[in-house]
Amino acid sequence: MERKYLLGNEAIAHACVESGVDFVSGYPGTPSSEVIDVLRAQPDRAYYLEWSVNEKVALENALAAAWCGIRALCTMKHVGLNVAADPLMTSAYTGVTGGLVIMSADDPFAHSSQNEQDTRCYAHFARVPCLDPASVQEAHDMIPTAFVLSEEFGLPVIFRPTTRICHSKGDVTLGDPVPSTRKGEFHKDPRQYVVIPAHTRILHKKLNEKQPAIRKRLVELGFNRFDIRGKIAVIASGIAASYVQELLPAGVSFMKIGAYPIDEEWLGAFVQKHEKILVIEELAPEVEEIVRQVAGCVPVFGKKNGYASYEGELSPPAVAAIMAKAGFLPNNPFPAVEPVQNLPPRPPILCAGCHHRVAFYAIKKVFKDAIYPSDIGCYTLGLQLGAVDTTICMGASITVGSGIAHSGEPRDVICTIGDSTFLHTGIQGLMNAVYNGANMTVVILDNRITAMTGHQPNPNSGATACGVESPPISLDAICRSCGASFVETIDPYDLTGMINVLESAKKRKGVKVIIAKQMCVITARRAGIKRGRYQVDTETCTGCGNCVRFGCPAIEFSKEKARINDLCSGCAVCVQLCPVGAIGREGKK
Amino acid sequence: MSGSFDILMVGIGGQGTILASNILGEACLIEGRPVKGAETHGMAQRGGSVESHIRIDGLFGPLIPPGKADLMIAFDLLEALRYAHYVKKEGRIVVNNHVVLPTSVYTQKLVAPTEDEIIAALKKNSLCLLDADKMAADAGSPLSQNVVMLGAASGSIPLKPESLLEAVRRLVPKKTVEINVKAFESGRAFGSTC
Repeated sequence: MERKYLLGNEAIAHACVESGVDFVSGYPGTPSSEVIDVLRAQPDRAYYLEWSVNEKVALENALAAAWCGIRALCTMKHVGLNVAADPLMTSAYTGVTGGLVIMSADDPFAHSSQNEQDTRCYAHFARVPCLDPASVQEAHDMIPTAFVLSEEFGLPVIFRPTTRICHSKGDVTLGDPVPSTRKGEFHKDPRQYVVIPAHTRILHKKLNEKQPAIRKRLVELGFNRFDIRGKIAVIASGIAASYVQELLPAGVSFMKIGAYPIDEEWLGAFVQKHEKILVIEELAPEVEEIVRQVAGCVPVFGKKNGYASYEGELSPPAVAAIMAKAGFLPNNPFPAVEPVQNLPPRPPILCAGCHHRVAFYAIKKVFKDAIYPSDIGCYTLGLQLGAVDTTICMGASITVGSGIAHSGEPRDVICTIGDSTFLHTGIQGLMNAVYNGANMTVVILDNRITAMTGHQPNPNSGATACGVESPPISLDAICRSCGASFVETIDPYDLTGMINVLESAKKRKGVKVIIAKQMCVITARRAGIKRGRYQVDTETCTGCGNCVRFGCPAIEFSKEKARINDLCSGCAVCVQLCPVGAIGREGKK
Repeated sequence: MSGSFDILMVGIGGQGTILASNILGEACLIEGRPVKGAETHGMAQRGGSVESHIRIDGLFGPLIPPGKADLMIAFDLLEALRYAHYVKKEGRIVVNNHVVLPTSVYTQKLVAPTEDEIIAALKKNSLCLLDADKMAADAGSPLSQNVVMLGAASGSIPLKPESLLEAVRRLVPKKTVEINVKAFESGRAFGSTC
């Protein structure tokens, strides 16, 4: 036993090692990525680990491992579970023999996501248990139980931390690592693993029959608990329970929900001891709906009658406001304060020297009046450059592009997609676009890595998650084999070359693919690649602003002249943008 | 209500706020005190505005409510102003006397307040203004700026300086321990004068 100050995801990873995990798979996605990043960095790994190409692939791998009787962990962000929903729904029928824990991290307020969906709804839909931690310590403590539960009921267990758990820190008491002695062995049993109609009807019945025992067991485990202190009660789940505990006045009862499905009998007995109930939870009214089912004549306050919001994340002031509005706090104890208005925003931006910026610049130059579908990755920040018109989900740039191209829209369609996203779910869109004769240009922004989530390797990187060398996939060969009429690979730091390739593509019909290939500027720096910085000769600079409008954070403008600051990574693209040749290598005048 | 001492650390992605918050957390462990925190990860780190919440003796959630921070440590003047409403009336602000202008100022021609305007606005609180960049360079590395800032704030933090220094030794890269100890001490010496 030791105590450490850890990030939620670090504590979760440690708990997996304490549980003797045998098999780990997942696809990166904020806020879930650090769990596998911590597990793959362990020096003496006794478990198999992979970054998979997408969440469906990851879950199917982990499910098969659990069928072989070993303990498997599969991690993803909430929207990743949409991709993995197909195997999820039926894995509840087939069940597992080894423990299978599916970590799907939710992101209330969409800090780093395209939506605010609630993983608890998936658990409800699939009828599998779901654990929802209220603190970093509880997130840690739930993991070993999740594996045991999974094995006890022969079902996958969903573990659903939120951003404020994954990226929170706390003093955590850790257990000791347990090396596993399990070896995978597949026992053939077609009635379990071949879900033809005759088998699946029986499996569905078995899944439903498991439910009452699961509900009882979750009460015994203590993740759902209460403290009767008066005639009115607050029921809260997940991290909201921590916020409520900070504010709870004397004389108000409290129930904390951390595990689903909730036992209705147990919940009803608590509710009926009170005259008024307030339910506080982030996102969907999962708890509130069950409370309303058992409440009878007891008034319930929550989202459904306008006391709390369906959107966004909670915080101590937000919870205090709900409690005060519903009459559970005499007044809001937090001061009403206003931030200073009209400050220039500082949103995340593409790094100094990021080659995505060059690709967007060239695209806008060649395809002036065009439609720019894009995808999910660092390059979504191309929105600020006016080069991103759509983003919906992973892999949807090429498909949205071909849809627009077939719609009758007369303008050119040129879409952007990163290498990892292309390998995740982009290839199907390319096959489909070529097969169905779309006219469009696809630019694969190939930085050899999954950058935005923290530089995880992918099949394009030349190494596995554990650092073992692997053959880097040929994007060129994939695109050619899909039948694309034009496939060119170009270094986007060569601005003229990039523009020329785009112009050639523009002249042709069919699906044209340009692979803009250059190492991510962050991985290049970490690999020790030094290009040398550039500087502006103030005497030559005319202050035209060409370089400044490019939007690189290394270029500033003061006293009517451009200036290059020490963020410069030496990509030399601004040299090509300057009409008067005022930019040159540092220290060589 | 929570009896925690709440520190908000703000800056720009890449300035080392995460290491600084880890040092505070480690110092709490050394003293056997509970601590909670929350920070910005993911896309927002790409040169964006970042915030780290640290609640010494925190028992509940990791988030500091606006208007309740006892101390703000800001690595950039503009970011200090952006988050100044988090600091309580009697709270203290320790800020690095520099502004990195956001790219929006150049590309969208937005107007940023001047350094003097920012400082005047921050002065409603007890304010300690320091040149952490220079002090870090003097200590031996510009990268020790975050530890200079911690040192300068340490007089207001309810943790023993020995615990903070021990945490610095444990968490910074081995080769830079000497530089960072020097950075902490020069920050601390300066902090006691303002």
